[in-house]
Amino acid sequence: VIGAAISRGPEAAVLTAGAVLFALLAFGIFVALTGVDPLAVYRVLYLGAFGSRFSIETTLTLAAPIMLTALCVAIPARAGLLIIGGEGALVLGGLASVLAGVALAGAPASLATPLILIAGAAGGAIWIAIPAALRQFRGVNETISTLLFNYIAIALLNHLVSGPIRDYAQPLKPTSWSIPPAFMIGTIPGLSVHWGLVYGVAACLVAFVVLRQTTFGFALSILGGNLRAAQMAGLPVAALVLTAAALGGAAAGLAGAVEVVAVHGAASISLVVGYGYAGILVAFVARQNPLAVVGAALLVGGISASGGLLQRRFGMPDAASTVLEGCIFLAVLASNSLYGRLPFLQPRSAETK
Amino acid sequence: MSIAEEIGSWSVVFAIVGSALRVSTPYLFVSLGETLTEKSGRINLGLEGTLMMGAMSGYAVSFSTGSPWLGVLGAGLTGAAFGLLHAGLCSLPRVNDIAVGIALFIFGTGLAAYLGKPLIHPVAPRLPDIDLGFWSSVPSLHAALQVNALLIIGILIAPAMLWILNNTRWGLKLRTVGDSADAARALGYSINGVRATATAIGGFFAGVGGAFLSLYYPGAWTEGLSSGQGLMAVTLVIFARWNPINCVFAALLFGGASALGPALQAIGIASNYYLYGAAPYVLTLVLLIRTSSTKHRLFGAPSELSINK
Repeated sequence: VIGAAISRGPEAAVLTAGAVLFALLAFGIFVALTGVDPLAVYRVLYLGAFGSRFSIETTLTLAAPIMLTALCVAIPARAGLLIIGGEGALVLGGLASVLAGVALAGAPASLATPLILIAGAAGGAIWIAIPAALRQFRGVNETISTLLFNYIAIALLNHLVSGPIRDYAQPLKPTSWSIPPAFMIGTIPGLSVHWGLVYGVAACLVAFVVLRQTTFGFALSILGGNLRAAQMAGLPVAALVLTAAALGGAAAGLAGAVEVVAVHGAASISLVVGYGYAGILVAFVARQNPLAVVGAALLVGGISASGGLLQRRFGMPDAASTVLEGCIFLAVLASNSLYGRLPFLQPRSAETK
Repeated sequence: MSIAEEIGSWSVVFAIVGSALRVSTPYLFVSLGETLTEKSGRINLGLEGTLMMGAMSGYAVSFSTGSPWLGVLGAGLTGAAFGLLHAGLCSLPRVNDIAVGIALFIFGTGLAAYLGKPLIHPVAPRLPDIDLGFWSSVPSLHAALQVNALLIIGILIAPAMLWILNNTRWGLKLRTVGDSADAARALGYSINGVRATATAIGGFFAGVGGAFLSLYYPGAWTEGLSSGQGLMAVTLVIFARWNPINCVFAALLFGGASALGPALQAIGIASNYYLYGAAPYVLTLVLLIRTSSTKHRLFGAPSELSINK
């Protein structure tokens, strides 16, 4: 089912670009109907996303966690899974990193910070491996179970930060114990963007190479394309499914850990801001290709970053960026139906209907 | 124990019951709608967006016409339009219904927040109460039984929907399309047509569920109005095993579970507040694990459903 969304080459790029342009056009018509000049809106969208140093930094900061949560969809998609549990895996990663950070108090930061990030990734990996195991061994649909897992993760977070691991010195909202400030990671030199961006881009590159260039990646795509063929070829299906899900979960867990060590310093409901759902959008816009995830995350991050400027310039509600993102998602999905229908993109020998 | 004390301890129970009845109405409508949609072989995971659009448009219509019932109708029609959008996209080749649902969830919540911005301050007429507790002189019981007409309507729709599914030509057609697209095609049914109708009606119900939120309880339009009732629709339907009557019980259970935490907190039991709130999700998960198998489809589920494949 998701195999249809996985495609390569110029056809995918052309269809996606066309879909994004179509969505921008539809959004322009929508704002024109509400009485705003669409050309001015496009200009402000660009300025808010990429027009100044400040807006570029905001875009990059917003894109970083979304790249990682998008991998939580894109890597398992290779094996034919549709995982929507990025939000929950991010929360578990955040919780695990706080516990690791508190436990490591006193250790040198050069040792502690990597361990905190690994703990976060492990938390997310285990969290997503459970629904994958339930699917593999019990036939439980992974999309539904990961949706449930999101709610359970958020309830667990709320429970823990309002009691067992609550820092009662924080009066404003229930917040967990803080990790020692020495373990926090700073910003990339010369930019006011935290190191999470580097982790996000690196994770996407590694995922791309692993999925394209290794036997593991090849085995996954056989499995995702045809379960029967994978079984006939003697591939270790269960191990592949669990590994793909765990890798995806690890990416989203890392996003949660980065939110803790780079932004909040503790776990709270501030971790639940929709990065998981934005990741689903990005993964589909990127057609489950990890390299394209980087670009799609910059697009979605840029749209979110320009929300504030749209609000100030035109008095638009801040939901304007969500509307545009929804349009893009719908247009990209609809464009899947055009595969093989655009004559100029087909190989010479193929017949066109 | 004196009578007054006895009533005092019972009032907690009454509070939970009253709150469960109030909270469960949107659950009931989204689950009834989703049941019908899934019976036709499609999943609409985007009912959260539909619910928010219904809440916003219902409030807008009630505000501008002065009639909350016209608001409910407007909300239903908006929901049906979203259902048709879902059905239209899913009828295209190579378009996955679950992905379209997630996209409509994002699009609908965004659009509702955008268009609903001017509606945050005005006060629209709300739906009236029905006083089912008139016979009781116990104030807490009386208050618990102040219910909304939509709850009654929803409870009446459930057996009607079951009867229509089981005993009418259209119901048979819907079930055929949901259980075997090949058989339906052989019989000359329009698969996309039947599914579009079922998804539009499902969207109508979700829109009405949203109108309940904005026009009765909590009873005002805000962006954060829904606590995920629309996203839970799919879960409720699994819990109800695709049976409209069971949707009533599933909705009451989910409503009761979300009312339990606040009620216990009100009497001073504040620990594990959030864990009680997660109980329905854990229960659904346990139910899924117990009834799923790698060898056959989910018990009671329509065969054409993409979660079975």
